[in-house]
Amino acid sequence: MNQPSADATASMVGDSVITLDTLSVPQINELLNKARYIESHRRQVARTCEGRVLATLFYEPSTRTRLSFETAMLRLGGQVIGFAGAQLASVSKGESIADTIKTVSTYADCIALRHPKEGAALVASRAAVNAATGDRVPVINAGDGGHMHPTQTLADLATIDQRFGRLTNLTVGLCGDLTFGRTVHSLIETLCRFGNIRFVLISPEELRTPRYVVNRIEASPTCSYEETTDLAAVIGQLDVLYMTRVQKERFFNEDDYLRLRDTYILDEAKLSHARPDMAVLHPLPRVNEIAVDVDDDPRAAYFQQVRNGMLMRMALESSVLGDELPGYEPLGDDGNDDHDDTEE
Amino acid sequence: MEVTSIQNGIIIDHVPAGTALKVLHYLHIDPAATKLALIMNADSQQYGTKDIIKIEGENHVDLEALGLIARQATVDVVEGGVIVAKKHPKLPHRVVNIIRCVNPRCVTTTERGIDQLFHLVDDGGNGKPEYRCDYCDEEAKF
Repeated sequence: MNQPSADATASMVGDSVITLDTLSVPQINELLNKARYIESHRRQVARTCEGRVLATLFYEPSTRTRLSFETAMLRLGGQVIGFAGAQLASVSKGESIADTIKTVSTYADCIALRHPKEGAALVASRAAVNAATGDRVPVINAGDGGHMHPTQTLADLATIDQRFGRLTNLTVGLCGDLTFGRTVHSLIETLCRFGNIRFVLISPEELRTPRYVVNRIEASPTCSYEETTDLAAVIGQLDVLYMTRVQKERFFNEDDYLRLRDTYILDEAKLSHARPDMAVLHPLPRVNEIAVDVDDDPRAAYFQQVRNGMLMRMALESSVLGDELPGYEPLGDDGNDDHDDTEE
Repeated sequence: MEVTSIQNGIIIDHVPAGTALKVLHYLHIDPAATKLALIMNADSQQYGTKDIIKIEGENHVDLEALGLIARQATVDVVEGGVIVAKKHPKLPHRVVNIIRCVNPRCVTTTERGIDQLFHLVDDGGNGKPEYRCDYCDEEAKF
């Protein structure tokens, strides 16, 4: 009799997810597979997390991400508590992150944390223990300043996988703010683990990819990169074009922000030089870097990306809680697709 | 100026020239409360110039903290006026509460009661090692 395949995400129960570096490639593949399953088995999974409570602690505004985390839990049959905005939280009275988390850990089964300070999610994960039971309460990083945003990267991966059926053998262009764009860094670092990716890094001189991220590409035996300032010159080579917003909040000097904001604007004219099956991704919200007329182009994948974000959060929340999706067949060892996970 | 030999203590030799005070700071040695001699910018056959720190009455030094800032230094342990042991600093893989993160957006700038934690990313060969903050991944400046 065949043994059921091992679920690579089984070992994630109770674990916090602060960065994707702590997830193996098989675990990421398993999460992608779970998200696909959830998409096609909405009714079956609707009570997966019944009785569970997710706390969404958002110390800075991010409507899209918060609603995505909350909808994910509600669609799994769980419930949601939380706050949005530091002025509403005890932090306005001077409470530390650790104390807030220790308190919430006695109420909730899982915490999604968004915080403007880099490293806040790591602090939270170390404090997240239910004082009554001694159990660890998983913390999912919903963005810590300009540092990490792992669930955004999961949404990016799901969208690329959905469009191409693979996460390798692709030419991936990343365009805009490659200095401060955390989603870009995380996507590059994660794709490097799958391998066989050619990156085209498109940015103004002032917003080039940091050296430590480029080092990661160079350390991969199968990945390569080129840097350019000219989007039009390279758009025809790309399978994926990942656009980013120049984020005002990352600049200390408003003049620099205004000067660099409009460097790249993707419109139908530029898109006419791209391949017919290229996928345009964007972590959203956009300002003006993608013209609205691109939205109707079949290559626009950014709203699909939003949906995939919710599905991946459903996969992640159920996995860290250890709630099995009814009827789900794990990928098991087959989840270890061709990849270049040299850090494992 | 007369600097007498120490009887029981340590001699930290081959300290990079001009950094002796910084070394004391990293080693949490208070020069106002310790019997010590600093020799700065002394001639060195190996490095051209060097600093030397002699500490009376101290027989322990944090070799990992010393390795962070003066990896080429040597530590002579002196007992009864005689060098009885020679130690070499180790490059630490983890640095706890010795240096502070310089990133103004790092959580360590606001959260109370947490350790300043860094991890070694690149030992730098014979050059300067690279450490990054555990929390925000900012490169350590020291």
